[in-house]
Amino acid sequence: MTKKRLVLRFPPELVEQPITYQLIRDYDLMINILQATVTPREEGRLVVEISGERKALEKGLNYLSQLGVGMQPLAQDVLWHQDKCIHCTACIPLCPAGAFVLDREKHLISFEKERCIACGLCVRACPYKAIEILF
Amino acid sequence: MPKTYSQINQKIAMGEVVVVTAEEMIEIVKTKGVKKASREVDVVTTGTFGPMCSSGVFLNLGHSKPRIKFRKVWLNNVPAYTGLAAVDVYLGATELSEDDPENKVFPGEFRYGGGHVIEDLVAGRPVKLKGLAYGTNCYPNREIEKTITIRDIPQAILTNPRNAYQNYNVAVNKSDRVIYTYMGILQPRMGNANYCSAGQLSPLLNDPLYRTIGVGTRIFLGGAQGYVWGAGTQHNPDVPRDKNGLPRAPAGTLAVTGNLKEMSLEWIRGASFTGYGVTLTLGIGVAIPILDEKMAEYTAVSDEDIHAQVVDYSKDYPQGKDKILGTVNYHELREGKITIEGKEIPAGGLSSYARARDIADILKQWIEKGEFLLSEPVAFLPGAER
Repeated sequence: MTKKRLVLRFPPELVEQPITYQLIRDYDLMINILQATVTPREEGRLVVEISGERKALEKGLNYLSQLGVGMQPLAQDVLWHQDKCIHCTACIPLCPAGAFVLDREKHLISFEKERCIACGLCVRACPYKAIEILF
Repeated sequence: MPKTYSQINQKIAMGEVVVVTAEEMIEIVKTKGVKKASREVDVVTTGTFGPMCSSGVFLNLGHSKPRIKFRKVWLNNVPAYTGLAAVDVYLGATELSEDDPENKVFPGEFRYGGGHVIEDLVAGRPVKLKGLAYGTNCYPNREIEKTITIRDIPQAILTNPRNAYQNYNVAVNKSDRVIYTYMGILQPRMGNANYCSAGQLSPLLNDPLYRTIGVGTRIFLGGAQGYVWGAGTQHNPDVPRDKNGLPRAPAGTLAVTGNLKEMSLEWIRGASFTGYGVTLTLGIGVAIPILDEKMAEYTAVSDEDIHAQVVDYSKDYPQGKDKILGTVNYHELREGKITIEGKEIPAGGLSSYARARDIADILKQWIEKGEFLLSEPVAFLPGAER
């Protein structure tokens, strides 16, 4: 079983097609939609966790790229600016994914990108703008 | 035998001083006892790094040619107070940029304000100055617009009427909607709890009855050496206290000052609280002389001993009700979990314990190297135990 967290971008002409449905039915993939937005006349954006057999996942992603769906790993779009972080811990109880980890000895925070689901709660909560979500 | 300030300063000058941080002192007193610790340790250093809204800076912007007496001044579009001599202004940490949308679309972001201007000045970044005047015989100029940096202006004196609160509330939200407060974002139905104190490292919690911290006390302020100039606003020594004098509620505060030109970006930062406003996050450290056994006992305070009251910020706090939901200690808070009304709640801090520890360490090094001498208060704060 392989798992990927991706940001998918759908050009306007694809917005009305049931692509997620195809991924589930034809490629036997599990799709967990973390976030979805459609901006009028612009594009659709889906933050998803896709999992399935390695081969099926490969084929599914291939299908998406042939359709012209833009793809990018989620972790690439979430930035933690360590120089701005003061390690206050205000973000920790708010994060539903447990992406901020506190070293209880040193009282320093680290950010585990892979756990992030890009909900954006920490972006609002951080007084120092230490977290940035690019999309 | 009690020690005096001058004896301790002599030891600092000769490089013989024994200085430890407030964290280290806990272990020392535990293993050696109060008596021995008070004889062996001369100084205990403390620190805190958190948002402190009652902060601001006096700026002398320098005289122009022709001269001007400012009526209105903006720095990066943030207004400064001009009711002082011709080119003196006061810029407050929580002042907003003129075109800030505030909470019109709730919750507002509050991206830039006084605290950020102060940060930009400290960082040496260029800041846009705009000033208007009505013109007088002695000050004929009516308008100035230029870019300055901290190096271009004669004085920048950080002068804060209230910092380093001795203990603080723990904030929760009992309503069924998210609220946005100066204590951060609070999730409904007590989904999280936020606190703001360095606990066992906090200056005034290591001298709970103000026996050594007073008017004239030299301190670490924003990375430079500054001074306490009095009790801060809202200083209230008369709150309920535990044994050992520790206040169970927000109590003493300090008014402090220092030269902004000597401060560093690491210890002074602009901050934005979603839905609330802007402020300044600041580092303060105080070195406490171990004059006698009592001071050894006070500075051995640990997070378990310090209690804070949990307050509902959805209703009770905004309505000015004194209701307290419960009491927790800083050990529980620091561990990230408290229990209120039978519910386990994750806790987050607004004050950085890691940075507080760094400040106590730096102050320790300054003293060991003989770069920082202790100063005896010229007057005591209200409520001081004598």
